[in-house]
Amino acid sequence: MQLYRGHVLVCGGTGCVSSGSKKIQEVMANELTKQNLDKEIKLVETGCHGFCEMGPIVIVYPEGTFYCQVQVDDIAEIVSEHLLKGRIVQRLLFKAPVTEEQVPSYKDIAFYKKQHRVVLRNCGHIDPEHIQEYIAREGYEGLAKVLTTMTPQQVVDEMKKSGLRGRGGGGFPTGLKWEFASKSPGPKKYIICNADEGDPGAFMDRSVLEGDPHSLLEGMLIGAYAIGADEGYIYVRAEYPLAIKRLKVAIAQAEELGLLGDNIMGTEFSCQLHIKEGAGAFVCGEETALMASIEGSRGMPNPRPPFPAVKGLWEKPSNINNVETYANVPVIFLNGADQFATLGTEKSKGTKVFALTGKLRNTGLAEVPMGIALREIIFEIGGGIMDDKKFKAVQIGGPSGGCIPEQHLDTPVDYDSLIALGAMMGSGGLVVMDETSCMVDVARFFLNFTQKESCGKCTPCREGTKRMLEILQKICDGKGVPEDITTLETLGAVIKNTALCGLGQTAPNPVLATLRYFRHEYEAHINDKKCPAGVCSALLEYKIVADNCKGCGACARVCPAGAITGEKKEPHEIDTSKCIKCGSCIEKCKFNAIVKG
Amino acid sequence: MANVTLTINGQKVTVPSGIMVLEAAEMCGYSVPTFCHEKDLTAPGACRICVVEIKGWRNLPPSCVTAVAKGMEVETESPKVIEARKTILELMVANHPLDCMTCEKSGSCKLQDYAYRYQVTSPTPYEGEKKQFAVDDSNPYIYRDPNKCILCGKCVAICKAVADRNVIDYAFRGFNTKIATFMDTELKDSACVYCNRCVSICPVGALSDRNMMGKGRTWDFTREEVTCTFCDSGCKFDVNYKNGKVVGVTAKNPSAGRPLCLKGRLGTEFMKNADRTDLPLINKDGEFVEVSWEEALGIAPIVEKINALKK
Repeated sequence: MQLYRGHVLVCGGTGCVSSGSKKIQEVMANELTKQNLDKEIKLVETGCHGFCEMGPIVIVYPEGTFYCQVQVDDIAEIVSEHLLKGRIVQRLLFKAPVTEEQVPSYKDIAFYKKQHRVVLRNCGHIDPEHIQEYIAREGYEGLAKVLTTMTPQQVVDEMKKSGLRGRGGGGFPTGLKWEFASKSPGPKKYIICNADEGDPGAFMDRSVLEGDPHSLLEGMLIGAYAIGADEGYIYVRAEYPLAIKRLKVAIAQAEELGLLGDNIMGTEFSCQLHIKEGAGAFVCGEETALMASIEGSRGMPNPRPPFPAVKGLWEKPSNINNVETYANVPVIFLNGADQFATLGTEKSKGTKVFALTGKLRNTGLAEVPMGIALREIIFEIGGGIMDDKKFKAVQIGGPSGGCIPEQHLDTPVDYDSLIALGAMMGSGGLVVMDETSCMVDVARFFLNFTQKESCGKCTPCREGTKRMLEILQKICDGKGVPEDITTLETLGAVIKNTALCGLGQTAPNPVLATLRYFRHEYEAHINDKKCPAGVCSALLEYKIVADNCKGCGACARVCPAGAITGEKKEPHEIDTSKCIKCGSCIEKCKFNAIVKG
Repeated sequence: MANVTLTINGQKVTVPSGIMVLEAAEMCGYSVPTFCHEKDLTAPGACRICVVEIKGWRNLPPSCVTAVAKGMEVETESPKVIEARKTILELMVANHPLDCMTCEKSGSCKLQDYAYRYQVTSPTPYEGEKKQFAVDDSNPYIYRDPNKCILCGKCVAICKAVADRNVIDYAFRGFNTKIATFMDTELKDSACVYCNRCVSICPVGALSDRNMMGKGRTWDFTREEVTCTFCDSGCKFDVNYKNGKVVGVTAKNPSAGRPLCLKGRLGTEFMKNADRTDLPLINKDGEFVEVSWEEALGIAPIVEKINALKK
């Protein structure tokens, strides 16, 4: 085996690829050859590091130097300075927000320091297209242990002991789910992976698929062995082409090594895995709709019971878990359930990957132990609020989740505490909002999403969410009446109580949760016809502060409606009847003389 | 099959295990409204009008797909249930053309009946955008008004129940969901053979028998059930009389195993046509003249002889 004195890891996740990492890789390879380092330094394309905002990311080992936002022009310098002469290129290091301090090492960056990577253990560290790299990181050892030393029942028991709960949102105990499927009689069973990640802004599953596909395959195989399945499907959204490509490579490589297919590792156990590409419907993340879609029908949920464990895909007992859940499994069997259960809270074990987005200084994927406080995630890993603005709320759990205000930020995060706060774990999307976000507008945004993605089958979801959305629109347009709040609450409660599937039952959450914590904002819109955050344009008026206005005329020139008039070097005025509230004047004014409110 | 004992509206009842709460409630004489449920055909749990309250359950489960269980305490008409049903009806009414005065379905419309039962009227608290789909009047047999459709899906299920048919299904998403043919064409350009199974099962006025339109209100008709004799399926049709005169033949619910067909319906209609002659015609000097069967068959002399012998 060829040994190298150093490794250069270039991120090949979707985030970094879109900011140009493919080109970086190419130029880096050429540069290494040019400077005669290609025999000493190995160039590796890895999966996602989670800090996509800082991409393209290049990490140099053995030092663990973290270079961010690397451009093609920087490559020659990295190679000649760092790789050849051993001098770190300071200007490309990550700068800590606020302190502006340069952080040379990967593990010292605040974003990574607080994380505890179990699911993402290999993401960004191995080449996902080489199964040997996964095996070198103890990959497939858990499966070997399961197949050679454990009975299916022991596997189920170990899973139950681990306390792992479904990471797709519901939080159902995985071991219990496996037990149901394993006890279901029948010679034919299916193991299914839900990789139809659709929450806006969430990409933890994509990260695993792209960065460590074998951990998913291994998890699914252990599950298949436990329940007695000999065939499985990975339902992955078609919008993840890179993930699909890497999955295909992973499946082919695992089959070649006898880790997948007939008589796995020479045992009696056989299992085939197929990839099924989705067609873009969010509701297909719901398990019964997902199975209908695999069967070739329209993706529409069906009532449960019968549960998939009894009557699933093609009416055969089936087990469905999502990517993150399966990716936890190999670790549980490698190190034992007891060790896994040391992480987390009493009822929520292990870690959870969150996708941090919104008005944060650091955005990206962060894996943290269950039970950590939201405050730590937002202010330490996330680095706090951008531009020193004030924190207002964090939306957690995707479009069906809820908004949590400042006073609950110290609550330890687990499945049950989030439900109690009117939000939910969901797939782990975490959108942080500051004082410039209008909560009515936020609720409208999420409801618009769920309403568009409703399958149209059950009345409360199809018709009810539409009416809630219309009422929110009315409130944002300044046409709300006090009764609207009661209507939203009663209708929301009926939808929650009567909708068919999880999508409908949780669709009113963004509205109900904002009504719970930010009722005053609704009231301000309705009673005072004001949007306190200054977002809803129908409720805003643009004014010129005469004291600040120098009469330069820039605003008048940019105004498309001709609403601004005034003499040169004299304070100007806005004719509110003509103003279309486009905001161009505010952008143009250099003297902060135009305000909206 | 074993029995289970549960409580429905405070009354202890013992019913066969495995049946649904809806059936159990009906066995006890409670009427539970349904749109999408059709016995022996489909129970998609879609319309949610049949929700009931079960003690200890988090949500209001639809009784048509919730199996009875020992010790269950079911309320079919609790305040929470009534509120939910009323809201669901209000949502349907808010998105429905309220032209009941001229609607063919008026009088046999489930939406109308339940709106009356739960006192739902327009304007509802949920007025807003309404469906604006084109009406399909492309053929002489089925009139489709998608704006009246409540998307219960029974037409889809009953069409699928015949091999080779499967003409319609759900299309589009969210508020824009509708029942459509392949590529959303009019019925005349689809594989539809106008058996009217869908018409016979539609709970509202979305699907009407084109032939019966404008011929009278549903309460004007007296109906005679007839069994079709064109093939050995034995489908049932209703012959509709108004003021003693036949106005048309309509398809009855096909029930299990019976296909219904256009031939059967039109043929039955033809047989019941008041203008239909029951004597044969023969060509005499270039004109068709009504004659007796004896004459037409050329057996008049024989019949005469038999009659003579009888005397």
